[in-house]
Amino acid sequence: MRLVILDNYDKVSEWAARYIKRRILDFEPGPDNYFTLGLPTALPRNHPESYHSFMWHNFFKHIDILPENAHLLDGNAEDKVAECEHFEEEIKKAGGIELFMGGIGPDGHIAFNEPGSSLVSRTRVKTLNQDTVEANARFFGGDISQVPTEALTVGVGTVMDAREVMILITGAHKSYALYKAIEEGVSHMWTVSAFQMHPKTIFVCDEDATLELKVKTVKYFKGLMTLHNKLLEEKSVEPSSKKQRSN
Amino acid sequence: MPGNKTVSDGHIFQFKNCRILRNHSIFVEDLWVRDGKIIDPEKLFYVEKGYADFQVDCKNAIIAPGFIDVQINGGFGIDFSSNFDDIEGGVQKVAKGILQHGCTSFCPTIISSSKEVYKKVLPKIKIKAGGRDGAEILGVHVEGPFISKEKRGAHLLENMATYDNGFSDVLDMYHDISSVRIVTLAPELPRSLDVIREFVDRGVVVSLGHSMASLSQGEEAVKHGASFITHLFNAMLPFHHRDPHLVGLLASYKHPPDLRIIYYGIISDGIHTNPCAERIAHRTHAKGLVLVTDAIAAMGFPSGQHQIGPQLIEIRNKRAMIAGTETLCGSIATMNQCVKYFYEATECTMVDALESASLHPARLLKITDRKGSLDYGTDADFVMLDDSLNLLATYIGGELVWDSKLGYDRVVNHGTRRI
Repeated sequence: MRLVILDNYDKVSEWAARYIKRRILDFEPGPDNYFTLGLPTALPRNHPESYHSFMWHNFFKHIDILPENAHLLDGNAEDKVAECEHFEEEIKKAGGIELFMGGIGPDGHIAFNEPGSSLVSRTRVKTLNQDTVEANARFFGGDISQVPTEALTVGVGTVMDAREVMILITGAHKSYALYKAIEEGVSHMWTVSAFQMHPKTIFVCDEDATLELKVKTVKYFKGLMTLHNKLLEEKSVEPSSKKQRSN
Repeated sequence: MPGNKTVSDGHIFQFKNCRILRNHSIFVEDLWVRDGKIIDPEKLFYVEKGYADFQVDCKNAIIAPGFIDVQINGGFGIDFSSNFDDIEGGVQKVAKGILQHGCTSFCPTIISSSKEVYKKVLPKIKIKAGGRDGAEILGVHVEGPFISKEKRGAHLLENMATYDNGFSDVLDMYHDISSVRIVTLAPELPRSLDVIREFVDRGVVVSLGHSMASLSQGEEAVKHGASFITHLFNAMLPFHHRDPHLVGLLASYKHPPDLRIIYYGIISDGIHTNPCAERIAHRTHAKGLVLVTDAIAAMGFPSGQHQIGPQLIEIRNKRAMIAGTETLCGSIATMNQCVKYFYEATECTMVDALESASLHPARLLKITDRKGSLDYGTDADFVMLDDSLNLLATYIGGELVWDSKLGYDRVVNHGTRRI
């Protein structure tokens, strides 16, 4: 794995954004699509806290992606199981996920794959545990009763199928999870640890997130920063560096 | 091809590189329009899988809802109360002319007139949608004749009237009130409370003005449904600390729950209202402030002398005076000038200034479902302004109807079509 350690949240955000941009440009997208992760179900699409709203306001409205190339799990689907299976199909049709970007929960979960989730799971309906519900209460004015208890989520196995995985981790409250994910063994209790078995994973984190790691680990990866930053550079002379969009 | 066309075949316009006024703040955001209405781009994206047919680069302009003038007596040589030759043509001329001032809707105003005049004029002023030919006509504002003769201002004495027999006198006077949207009356006249009730029941906004009413008479009128004050400070008794008269309505606690916000017109041309008076009104009750022009026929004319009807008027230093005298004979400030002047004089926020000319009049007329804001589903009537609130362009139903650089005759060049 790669572990990129940066000073703070903003630097993590920027580095990750540059990396994704570099990967897209190098990939020269044609008929390939990128997938984003779904969030809680049971919210109407136009609810301000829905994942659709979040993705629209923070991503889609700023870029020129064609709407048919944006695939989000529909939490309002009549048949949720069919919706999940359809999502897996769409991923296959698009040629598989090139790069999956996600975060990590304080309990080490990736997407909504809570502790105890199978490490070979696929896209499915998950019941959220108390920790996650509490963590999400902040999006609902602190009112726990408003927080959905079920979510459609990509499975650990689904993410493992991606050709590359990038996990962003910031803050001291995530540090224990990061420790469990990379310095301990693979365990379904800390589902992010599954990526130790993935050929191309990159963790991007801030100083606070490294608080539970061994000094040796941190020093080793910090020493590789020059190499990490090379990943952001343009590899060859391109005719046009304007961002190309899929389809 | 945008979208799956299940909702509409209409072209979708995306106004980008701009800031918009929405939810009482100005922020960077694109404005999306289809079929003359403002649409929700998120819904378009997810539900219809649609995107813009045309993108318009607004070059960092501010987009605000189009201005609504609820008191305008005429302009460009036309006086609504005395132009009988071609009434529809006259109204249309003004409707078109005010597009260059950012007005996208207005209420042609008729001052105190005779029964015969009302019979001739009112049926010819029809409620009409706006577009390239002119701003939307929301309905008529009849300012008088049921007003106080002591406070008639420029209205003629022989046109003063009363309604001692109640509403039947009103119908007798106006004859056809189907396109009346606002009526100005003096609430101290006997039977006023009944008359106000009748108007309100018919959906007509009742405004208090040209009146000698005390504060308590005003409060009674509001209790019976009056919701507007015609050009605050002008043609009414002044604020007095023991009886603030109608001005006191801005701070009265006696208003019924559904009329907590009492609206009031302000002519902010730097001449008719002292800036300190504007500031006092604004600080007391900002939410109710409605900018009006109260413009006369001479509005829109350049400096110099102009024969308007029987009067020779001279325009000098942005004032309209009876030629050869220093007597003011009405306002000629345009709506965009009023907004700009108000913004500078009161040092209020840009949002406040712009909402006073759009959202507040829309709320007064209870038409906020389609006018006065840039909310999804409302009519795409808006203006583009620069950071000093200079008007750059006017749009009605999403269509460019006036452009500061090119006037009215502009080829619609809506940017590049996206593949």
